[in-house]
Amino acid sequence: MTTYIIRRLIQAVFVLILVTLIVFFVMRLLPGDPLIIYMAQSAELQAMPPEMLDKLRADFGLDKPVMVQYANWMAGIFQGDFGTSIFYREKVGTLMLERFPVTAHLGLLSLVIGAVLGVLAGLSAAVRRGKWLDKIITPLTYIGICIPVFFVGILMIYVFGLKLGWLPISGYTSPFDDFWLSTRQLVMPVLCLAVFGLAANARQMRSSMLEVTRQDYIRTAWSKGLNERMVIIRHAMKNSLIPVITLMGLGVGIIFGGSVLVELIFAIPGVGRLMVSSIFGQDYVVVQAITFVIAVVILIVNLVVDISYGWLDPRIRYG
Amino acid sequence: MAEKSNTITEFQEAPPRVSEWRRFRRVFLSRGVVVFGLIILLLLLLTAVFAAWLAPYDPYKLSTAKSLVQPNWEHPLGSDILGRDTLSRLIYGSRTALMVGFISVGIASVFGISLGVIAGYFGGIINMIIMRAMDALLCFPMLILALVVASVLGGGIQNVIIALSIATIPGYARVTCGVTLSIKENDYILAGRAMGASDMRTMLGHILPNAFPPLIVLMTMQLGNLILAEAGLSFIGIGIEPPGAAWGAMVSDGYQYLLRNPVLSFAPCIAIMLVVFAFNMVGDGLRDALDPRLRGLL
Repeated sequence: MTTYIIRRLIQAVFVLILVTLIVFFVMRLLPGDPLIIYMAQSAELQAMPPEMLDKLRADFGLDKPVMVQYANWMAGIFQGDFGTSIFYREKVGTLMLERFPVTAHLGLLSLVIGAVLGVLAGLSAAVRRGKWLDKIITPLTYIGICIPVFFVGILMIYVFGLKLGWLPISGYTSPFDDFWLSTRQLVMPVLCLAVFGLAANARQMRSSMLEVTRQDYIRTAWSKGLNERMVIIRHAMKNSLIPVITLMGLGVGIIFGGSVLVELIFAIPGVGRLMVSSIFGQDYVVVQAITFVIAVVILIVNLVVDISYGWLDPRIRYG
Repeated sequence: MAEKSNTITEFQEAPPRVSEWRRFRRVFLSRGVVVFGLIILLLLLLTAVFAAWLAPYDPYKLSTAKSLVQPNWEHPLGSDILGRDTLSRLIYGSRTALMVGFISVGIASVFGISLGVIAGYFGGIINMIIMRAMDALLCFPMLILALVVASVLGGGIQNVIIALSIATIPGYARVTCGVTLSIKENDYILAGRAMGASDMRTMLGHILPNAFPPLIVLMTMQLGNLILAEAGLSFIGIGIEPPGAAWGAMVSDGYQYLLRNPVLSFAPCIAIMLVVFAFNMVGDGLRDALDPRLRGLL
């Protein structure tokens, strides 16, 4: 197990280096040097004489070779310095610290709801295979994986927000300021974001439950005279959860992607909305920093998933 | 000698081929939802090809008099704020969706399959570098990667295609690499090499055909995902330029008039859903018919 973990850690470090290279060099694909883009943004820069520009270029380190710039960028990140936003004229680190908790609040709730309800739905569909419960759950999971996030959002806004008036249709309040309002505002966005994961987990759980219940050890458990609850929970469910866990690693990525749309629809001030506004405002420093942080979060989640996978299923470790 | 071996191969190969195809067809068409998906895809393809004949109106024609018309006999789905017929725009939007889907799958599969087969075939350090690079790419969610590319290259439709292609390369590479690793130790590969087959020939002629079943399933399912991602991007406002019709953009345009005419947003949403559903179902059916062992893996 230790060698497995060490091997995965070394791989992860290598992948992390590749991630930083991708993020850095994609931003370098910009036509021209970043200073020209800064210039287009600000009137004071446009009026500057060329010598001043050269000095500014030197100040930003843009006159150095690309590899040195990369090293400086990396050094900055290790000190928590992601650069300064052109549009907000604020440290990008500060901007992200304001907005990441919002997205995390939204995303974690959706992830947990999607996981718990998804596993339960898949489990009950598999146990009652072919019965009415299965006949309701299974078609719903098919719909859940192909419905666009924004359709769920717009439908809910239309029905619960505008027609019935039960829930506020936009905004975000910190749960520490007003817990009740915060929860009411989050019901629709969280459900919206949870739909895909819920359906995907339920589908995976159902098919792996059906797979596992055909195994010999389940027959053995039945023939030992264990009751249904014991067989399903202790023997079948535990083994069926393994493929579902891999899916959760993927789910984090999908939640980050989906939260961009959900934050736009429900006007939630999270990283997704910051990213979109920065793209339209050509605020590359912000885009770069957010992308980097998201990639690192996903890398860590995948690492944890892989390690727990190896721990749960010993066959993987020696593979 | 030559004649004899000929008759033997004919005798051995001809009957299974027919039954193989029959078996495929039987399993593939055995489920109602798969047939339903297939029909939707055929209709979609016809709609996209014959959009110019099917659309009742010019999808770009502006008309202030017909702004936000409610659904009626003349305009079955009403019209948008600029007076453009929603049904016509919906029909033209199918072209955008299919174009982005097919081109991205084409580009991504060519690069992904090549990388995968090279990584699996040569193994060692080459495998390590290629597959870790794929892992690194997988750390970027499809939508986020597309947003980054759009921010650097601009928001045109060709940049959306580039971004979605890059984001989906790792899937093909992983599948191909896995198949290659499991195939390359077989005796017939060794025999081929002993007879002087080049690396290229071994990879293209002997290894790749084995990867065909999982790849075709992956491509079908990716088409659904790509159309969903394209819709998300055009909902944000990245993708086809304004006069052009894209389903996602239609949703976000109609969203502002949700209470006056919800059909404006709902119609393209339902179109997206049906198409993604169809691709998923056909992918499921193909998987069951081509290789049931892939169940739960793809």
